[in-house]
Amino acid sequence: MLNFLTYFVNGISLGSIYAIIALGYTMVYGIAKMLNFAHGDVIMIGSYIIYTSMVTWGLDPLLSIVIAAAGCTVLGIVTEKVAYKPLRGAASSLAVLITAIGVSYLLQNLALLIFTANPKSFSSVVSWDGISLAGGELKIQGVTIITIITSLIVLLALQTFIKKTKQGQAMVAVSEDKGAAALMGINVNKTISLTFAIGSGLAAIAGALLCSAYPNLTPYTGAMPGIKAFVAAVLGGIGSIPGAMIGGLLLGIIESLSKRYISTQLSDAIVFSILIIVLLVRPTGLLGKKVQEKV
Amino acid sequence: MCAMLSVNNLSISFGGLRAVDDFNIEIEKGELYGLIGPNGAGKTTVFNLLTGVYRPDEGRIFLEDRNITGLDTVEINKAGIARTFQNIRLFKDLSVLDNVKIGLHNIFTYPTISGILRLSSYFRIEKEMDERALELLKVFDLEKEKDSFAKNLPYGKQRKLEIARALATGPKLLLLDEPAAGMNPNETGELMDTIRFVRDEFDMTILLIEHDMKLVSGICEKLSVLNFGSVLSRGKTSEVLNDPEVIAAYLG
Amino acid sequence: MKFTKQTKRDLYTCVMVILFYVVIQVLDKAGVLSFHIKGLLVPLCYYSIAAVALNLVVGILGDLSLGHAGFMCVGAFSASLFSVAVKESGMPAGLRFLTALIIGTLMAALFGFLIGIPVLRLNGDYLAIVTLAFGEIIKNFLAAVYLGYDEEGLHVAFKSFQLKGEGKMLINGAMGIQGTPTDSTFTISIVILLLALFAIQNLVNSRAGRAIMAIRDNRIAAEAVGINITKYKMLAFTVSAAIAGTAGVLFSHNTSTLTASSTYFGYNVSILILVYVVLGGIGNIRGSIIATAILYILPELLRGLNSYRMLIYSIVLIVIMLINWAPAAIAFRERYGIRAFIGRKRENSGKEVS
Repeated sequence: MLNFLTYFVNGISLGSIYAIIALGYTMVYGIAKMLNFAHGDVIMIGSYIIYTSMVTWGLDPLLSIVIAAAGCTVLGIVTEKVAYKPLRGAASSLAVLITAIGVSYLLQNLALLIFTANPKSFSSVVSWDGISLAGGELKIQGVTIITIITSLIVLLALQTFIKKTKQGQAMVAVSEDKGAAALMGINVNKTISLTFAIGSGLAAIAGALLCSAYPNLTPYTGAMPGIKAFVAAVLGGIGSIPGAMIGGLLLGIIESLSKRYISTQLSDAIVFSILIIVLLVRPTGLLGKKVQEKV
Repeated sequence: MCAMLSVNNLSISFGGLRAVDDFNIEIEKGELYGLIGPNGAGKTTVFNLLTGVYRPDEGRIFLEDRNITGLDTVEINKAGIARTFQNIRLFKDLSVLDNVKIGLHNIFTYPTISGILRLSSYFRIEKEMDERALELLKVFDLEKEKDSFAKNLPYGKQRKLEIARALATGPKLLLLDEPAAGMNPNETGELMDTIRFVRDEFDMTILLIEHDMKLVSGICEKLSVLNFGSVLSRGKTSEVLNDPEVIAAYLG
Repeated sequence: MKFTKQTKRDLYTCVMVILFYVVIQVLDKAGVLSFHIKGLLVPLCYYSIAAVALNLVVGILGDLSLGHAGFMCVGAFSASLFSVAVKESGMPAGLRFLTALIIGTLMAALFGFLIGIPVLRLNGDYLAIVTLAFGEIIKNFLAAVYLGYDEEGLHVAFKSFQLKGEGKMLINGAMGIQGTPTDSTFTISIVILLLALFAIQNLVNSRAGRAIMAIRDNRIAAEAVGINITKYKMLAFTVSAAIAGTAGVLFSHNTSTLTASSTYFGYNVSILILVYVVLGGIGNIRGSIIATAILYILPELLRGLNSYRMLIYSIVLIVIMLINWAPAAIAFRERYGIRAFIGRKRENSGKEVS
């Protein structure tokens, strides 16, 4: 039972990381309607920035995260402006998908050039050891607790931002209907930039947590979590903030438990099977809205 | 002898709104019938019900003596109803000729494998399809554009191509959803001739939705007026257009 | 017999492939080709075949699949399994490879069909992510499974086990299948590429192909003229999966070791093939082959630049996409009458008027 609890809590922690990435993903997808394959690589870049500032420059972990978040925000805005924005209104939505793949390759190879393929690790950004329960039998690591708390804070902050601020409402409007939003006087380009900025900033935070929990940073670190976060976003219902959170948590818990109880090699297969089953029952995800084409 | 189309008590609701309420219509073979009414009266919804896009909550639809209520779009087309769309729906990245040949899909058939392996039936049937499609294009004066992409046709010709494609499926009943929308008076006049020609040449029964009163009064023999989902008046065109209720509700 | 414009265009594509084959043969006889370049020829063929297959789904049917590496994986493993199992039976190599090709193709078709039933109801990016998921499941499953036989019969498990007495491991978990006969030659690969072209081009230009393209262009209108959407979607998806499976057979019979690793069958490979398709022109079959040739060889030509080569590759990819697809770039090109890099648009039976 304690064993189960340990893996369950680890699952929540992993799921929280997926959830933070998925939140960024779902916002970007909602507004730009694109599968941003480079999103996972932004996580990787964020992690390298943290690595550089913590290990190379010896800066404080918290300050490092701030630098990484700032760096990723800029990266997000720049890639959107340079690579994605010119393709808005292109004849096929595949164009921007391939460009995103190009950006993904670019970021990976840039990292490969600068940092080489050798795995890097940095001591956890969380220095707290955690707590012991049940007379030391159930030990929950500090980073696990911090991860869960962070994701909750991010979720609440994001929900409040979207519900309570003008920019947040603008995001909702643009994701519903760009044309109508523009007519209402919303600056669509600015709103999209802001969304990419927030999504990328969140990716940096996710990177910090990911590399604290799994200290093995390579240029390809971001790819799989990126895909899984997208799976989480789809699972929860793309465009839905609580959906991304639920999807992320579910994914993390299922992955952690199936690694422990079924098979390490098959855990990804199980995660993907869950996605398929959910989509077959509810084609727009757990909390997604149903849309019908007008004849 | 039963009517080409008879619809009894057709109704459908969307989230509490009764979009079509107790709709009845009877169209005899060879008739040119108009369905008019203000915007949002439910005309296109009637078309969508007749062609199986929506399933009615109540009511029955008969095509001649066959009950086609609840069949899906494909089966209804096979049963003999073809349509055009208010917002033109062509296969825009295909040639004009291919658009019509797709309409012939269920008329001329050969197995997929004979297409892949280019067996003799492929060549034979494709040739027949080409001939039939070109005949249809000639009717609509489109044979010169047969190799253009459908999307590159001017608007008026796109409407004509859509009618040609619908006719290619070999229907008994043709539904035209605002065929004159976006046309200038010249084009509308030409379209009226075409519709009459189609009726005579193909021995077709036609039901059309239209806002252009000149077209409606010019070619329709009978009319139904729809208002807020229900039939306000129906009968001979001249009588319906003089019905005070219709004038009040629609022509105003 | 008079050829239509489209038939001529299709024939040119085949002539292009044959010419490429002849040129390579001549260069080889002249001793110009390095061992390294020769090693790229078979992969070039199977990626071309996979790209042509994927184009059937992406360009002709208009649906996005990111799972084609999974179908390659099915084709590769089922065919290798057969080849390894009968290797010592004395079956003639030619017949063995032919059977392997048929088995791989049919198995991939079966998977395409089974996966198609549930997923083709989904649209757009949902379909993309679900096909990606299926591809990953197939890969992970084959990387985790152990299959062997001994005197007690066949054993299947998800962890390694000991065989009793005379026996053989067929699939050894992450170690995959060892000892596949290397039957894939450049000549055979070219022949199969030509067969794949023949099948797909003829399909596209037939009644069924038109139905598939009608669904792509306007699903609602296609239904209204009596086209069975499910049937033709399934047809396109199954044929595409089958041909991707054939590519997988060539892959697995090109080297003796076959593993279900991400490098060979991960979603990245599906994406790589998609890049070929999109750069070659969505729906443009010939373009898929040209783009595969250029993009597959390009990183190899840049080998001298070492670590910069993939960086350059990615920048080239982004720039080409922007030049070919950005509305502003298209307007600029139209004003000055400049043509796009490689094919941008499908070039099917129709003359461009605009």
